Amino acid sequence: MSLTTDDVKKIAHLARLGIDESDIESYARDLSGMLDLMAQMSELNTDNVIPMAHPMDQVQRLRPDIVTEQDNREQFQSIAPQVEAGLYLVPKVIE
Amino acid sequence: MMNNKSIADLAKGLRSGEFSSLELTQMFLDRIKRHGSLNCYITVTEELALQEAKAADARIAKGDAMLLTGIPIAQKDIFCTQGVKTTCGSKMLDNFIAPYNATVIEKLNQAGAVMLGKLNMDEFAMGSSNETSYYGAVRNPWDRNAIPGGSSGGSAAAVAAGLAACATGTDTGGSIRQPAAHCGITGLKPTYGRVSRYGMIAYASSLDQGGPMARSAEDAAILLQTMAGFDEKDSTSVDLPVPDYRAGLNNPIEGLKIGLPKEFFGDGLSGDVAAVIDAAVNEYRKLGAQIKEISMPNLKLAIPAYYVIAPAECSANLSRFDGVRFGYRCSHPTDLADLYTRSRGEGFGKEVKRRILMGTYALSAGYYDAYYIKAQKVRRLISEEFKNALSEVDVIMGPVTPSTAFGIGEKIGNPIEMYLSDIYTIAINLAGVPAMSVPAGIVDGKPVGLQIIGNYFAEDRLLNIAHQYQQVTDWHQQRPKGFE
Repeated sequence: MSLTTDDVKKIAHLARLGIDESDIESYARDLSGMLDLMAQMSELNTDNVIPMAHPMDQVQRLRPDIVTEQDNREQFQSIAPQVEAGLYLVPKVIE
Repeated sequence: MMNNKSIADLAKGLRSGEFSSLELTQMFLDRIKRHGSLNCYITVTEELALQEAKAADARIAKGDAMLLTGIPIAQKDIFCTQGVKTTCGSKMLDNFIAPYNATVIEKLNQAGAVMLGKLNMDEFAMGSSNETSYYGAVRNPWDRNAIPGGSSGGSAAAVAAGLAACATGTDTGGSIRQPAAHCGITGLKPTYGRVSRYGMIAYASSLDQGGPMARSAEDAAILLQTMAGFDEKDSTSVDLPVPDYRAGLNNPIEGLKIGLPKEFFGDGLSGDVAAVIDAAVNEYRKLGAQIKEISMPNLKLAIPAYYVIAPAECSANLSRFDGVRFGYRCSHPTDLADLYTRSRGEGFGKEVKRRILMGTYALSAGYYDAYYIKAQKVRRLISEEFKNALSEVDVIMGPVTPSTAFGIGEKIGNPIEMYLSDIYTIAINLAGVPAMSVPAGIVDGKPVGLQIIGNYFAEDRLLNIAHQYQQVTDWHQQRPKGFE
């Protein structure tokens, strides 16, 4: 299976990931190579195998529904690119 | 020399007053400066280290010290350290001062360990050579033109060169074991869930695991003792008691059943490395171990399965880096989409982008079943192979890497070839079992590691088996020229 440069552009858009125009071809080549590698998996019959998402077959732990987090807003916002009045600022979303 | 002493001996020296933690810390800081060209450290926390050393000396004088109190160690820059820059080897986090401590850091602080600084690594732990770091490649102290391995390359090189008494690392597909092998140190990837992942910047959450990188199995046991344990802040942390890892080091290993998977010794393994592994297995035979050839035919599918699962998880984990709350933001974004796209495009390096693209594709509509679900099924079959093998034998042994450390620049242009160099380490993360790399020989001036793989939560057994080998061999005591 091989990916075209258009495929790469589409995937990059899905990931909201800027990529240099000059790199697109090499990404297409590398990803196609990875897909060739992955094609090896088809030689193994996996009918009726339950997908393994996690090494430990454990269920999520429950905890009492009480507040444990402190208010760290000021500390967290001190490392943000742009804040005002306790809010994170981004470019205007609605005209 | 103080830089060559074991942690137990350093602790003894600190207690007897032979030297202070302040002197010890200063000695390591001087060495870090002298060998700066290895590029092991991203950040040296000199002032903090000296403060911590003074506090440790006071604690030792009061008599309430623990084994790691006053011992100068270094942290992989993937662990969040409050008030200290935490970059994960990326431009994306070049301005990130962590607002809290990882649990591993918290535990080491409580034990009174002295932090010398933050260690270089592949960007977001994605790489096998430390060349993907935004802060430049790390040089292998055994051969300055060779890679130290990755992603914990700074950790391995720093320990090998005596620029820290020991270090933390993390391992998603071999990132503790492979650099440990290439730098001639002892590294242990614990069972998934043994060491808390809280505050450890996520790459592939179902595979990531922190562990010790040290000069001997005994030192690794001491460091793991503090790192390991249940943490309610990590939802996948396992609530099992932590054994006394040092207590079992001297247990006899007579009758130990060692399995050698024939798939670990096929094409692709260099003859020199194979000879070293044979010799190491022979040492175990002399110690009374029984050797059995086993077969694990699905191991060869570990790389394809890993390169679906790890990128898929990475594409989800790294979506948090959006230029809004912390980390890099592009200048003059025109709108929100431009802010996301350019911040991520300018903040991430090429290997990280490659894996985000791969993962996004594998999870996208129409391909999810063919790649992601298929890989998870293969993962189960590989995992079952380990369970079956480890019901027949006590441990599995083999090489860590197919060859000794390759040259800087040799494979960076060919990502697939780079991925294939992790052939012997990746399956272990898919299964979640623990594994170690132990120095077992030197070929053409470069170290070779023996891999020892054990059953879930058998870290104590692995450390015991490695320690017994280190009682009858001295490969772990060899030092690179110029760093003695």
